[in-house]
Amino acid sequence: MQFWYFLTALTLISALMVVLSKNPIHSVLYLVFTFFCISGHYVLLNAQFLMAVNIIVYAGAIMVLFLFVIMMLDLRRNSPDSKTNLTKLAGAVVGGTVLVIFIAATRKINLGTGADNAFYNSQTGMVENLGQILYRNYLLPFELVSILFFVAMVGAVMLGKREAGERNF
Amino acid sequence: MLSEFGYILLFIITAIVFTAVILFVAKLLRPNRPNVEKLTTYESGEEPDGNANVRFNIRFYVIALLFVLFDLELVFLFPWATVFGNETLNNSTDGLWGWFAIVEMFIFVGILILGLAYAWIKGHLDWVRPEVQEPQFKSPVPISKYEAINKKYS
Amino acid sequence: MFVALLICLSLVLANVVIGVYTERKVSAFMQDRLGPMVVGKYGSLQLIADLVKLLLKEDIVPKLADKWLFLAAPCMIFVAIFAGFAVIPLGPGEYLQGSQAQIGVFYLLAIVSIDIIGVLMAGWSSNNKYSLLGAMRSVAQIVSYEIPLGLSVLCVVMVSQTLNLQEISTQQGIFSGHDNYLFGLKSLGIDVTQVGGFLTWNIFRVPFFLGVFIIFFIASLAECNRAPFDLPEAESELVGGFHTEYSGMRWALIFLSEYGMMLLVSVLGVILFLGGWNSPFPNIGSVKLANWTSGEPGSWSGAIWGFVWLLAKAYMLIFVQMWVRWTFPRLRVDQLMYLTWKVLTPFSILAVFLSAIWRMLMI
Repeated sequence: MQFWYFLTALTLISALMVVLSKNPIHSVLYLVFTFFCISGHYVLLNAQFLMAVNIIVYAGAIMVLFLFVIMMLDLRRNSPDSKTNLTKLAGAVVGGTVLVIFIAATRKINLGTGADNAFYNSQTGMVENLGQILYRNYLLPFELVSILFFVAMVGAVMLGKREAGERNF
Repeated sequence: MLSEFGYILLFIITAIVFTAVILFVAKLLRPNRPNVEKLTTYESGEEPDGNANVRFNIRFYVIALLFVLFDLELVFLFPWATVFGNETLNNSTDGLWGWFAIVEMFIFVGILILGLAYAWIKGHLDWVRPEVQEPQFKSPVPISKYEAINKKYS
Repeated sequence: MFVALLICLSLVLANVVIGVYTERKVSAFMQDRLGPMVVGKYGSLQLIADLVKLLLKEDIVPKLADKWLFLAAPCMIFVAIFAGFAVIPLGPGEYLQGSQAQIGVFYLLAIVSIDIIGVLMAGWSSNNKYSLLGAMRSVAQIVSYEIPLGLSVLCVVMVSQTLNLQEISTQQGIFSGHDNYLFGLKSLGIDVTQVGGFLTWNIFRVPFFLGVFIIFFIASLAECNRAPFDLPEAESELVGGFHTEYSGMRWALIFLSEYGMMLLVSVLGVILFLGGWNSPFPNIGSVKLANWTSGEPGSWSGAIWGFVWLLAKAYMLIFVQMWVRWTFPRLRVDQLMYLTWKVLTPFSILAVFLSAIWRMLMI
């Protein structure tokens, strides 16, 4: 239990640092750390597969994508016009609205009195159980995911359309 | 006793402590005499020209995106790989479970292969190739021989 | 287990000593030179001299670098690679495996992929053009080769039906709880469970795993940034790649992780394809070579035999890595991308299909 509090505090602090740090690269690295802490939470829930997926997909793959994009955007040259009062106001409005929605959505949730031991199975998060459920009960969503991937891949290809005669790094 | 993931955490902590210790030992031993020349960025002995804010080709981004998609595919394949050939399940269904799961997966991977083929046809899997410079010199070896070699290895 | 933790730490440290010395001697042998000869008998103390030099070197942080990221990046790379050793079984029994988590090899793939974030951090924070270019190339290369690597690991997982590396190792020898048939085919009816040796290795249980192993080996070379895939640190064009600005002990840490990665992928290759800690000798009739060279399971003799076999095979693979380095010239970027996306990935997907069918023939 003590460990849970420690981990949660760490998660929240690093998540806050993502927002508060000025350098976007630092933000991304704090985000990586946040994902690690979340993986720790998955371990405490005995969701081993999700823990590894969280690291491999979010901390490994998607963060690399983030870093690539940030490096491509050339942020060392500080552009002064990116922090006008209008953008700050717009940011505050968007953030505030999301907060209101979250509060409204979670206000009525009844958390119950804890897990029911009769239905509790500590092995639910193991790979084998996940596989058996995924490929037996959720067949159609699973196949649809591959179509989603296909669309994403086509999208990536369209985005990266090359100009003729371009030579670059 | 520690759980199995406790040991993994212990490995990570050991690695951090180990790096801290050897860097501390090195800090005690090494000299520290910085000067302006030493602290400038290395650029083959020249004065560094501006920042390292190089803009990268979008191709890196496309490669990273393809990687994310294939990584997700792997994530979906691993739970499948551990259950489709389960002996008890297969024996109780007379092999139907396994073959059914394989067909499922063939469809899944097949659609992804279509995506890869699309990127392939559109030329996104090719990197820029070096431009072969025409040699401008006199040589007893006829130029066609060089061209043959260039053609062979291009 | 704590025993495994201590062994892994000393193994990673010893590996850099043995690795650098053999690398220099092997390259010297292949180029008809002598290699290090001055310090100690046959240059055997060269590494100690190098280590002292590295300890005494100044740790320079360039003025324009992002200081904290620059200082933290080598530690991050090392931690990512060392954490990968946590699930490696160094021998039979529970004491020689750090963590017996069921997620095993999948965790290994995940944690090792963190290494690229360290590389990007190092390259970006140096604020040096060579470093940044090297880091970008390195990351593009590592992520591209992670796909064939992951798919070839998947092939083995499909055949062994488990992610735990200890179980994968156990299946490939005489201590296996399941019946092993020749080439894995039950219909052939030749039971080789008690014969053991190389006949029960994955590479023999599924004959086309030889090809999968070659895919794995090429991809692992690229993951380690070793020649012929050393574009990210191509000396002639990028000076040192992402670690151009590093000096002293921090550079040594990067070097340590590079050799640690070599050992990690070699050990992983051995466990997945070459029988792990199992003896290579089969039992032939009453000549029980496999039993004699495996020791008693669960006792000291079993642990020591297993450890020795695993390391012997892993160092064979490391030797092949060095051999490759001095045999093939460096690839061009377009050849690199051609190889991974147009050759290795399609073939490894094909191998996944084939191993699915083979697994169904095995049961």
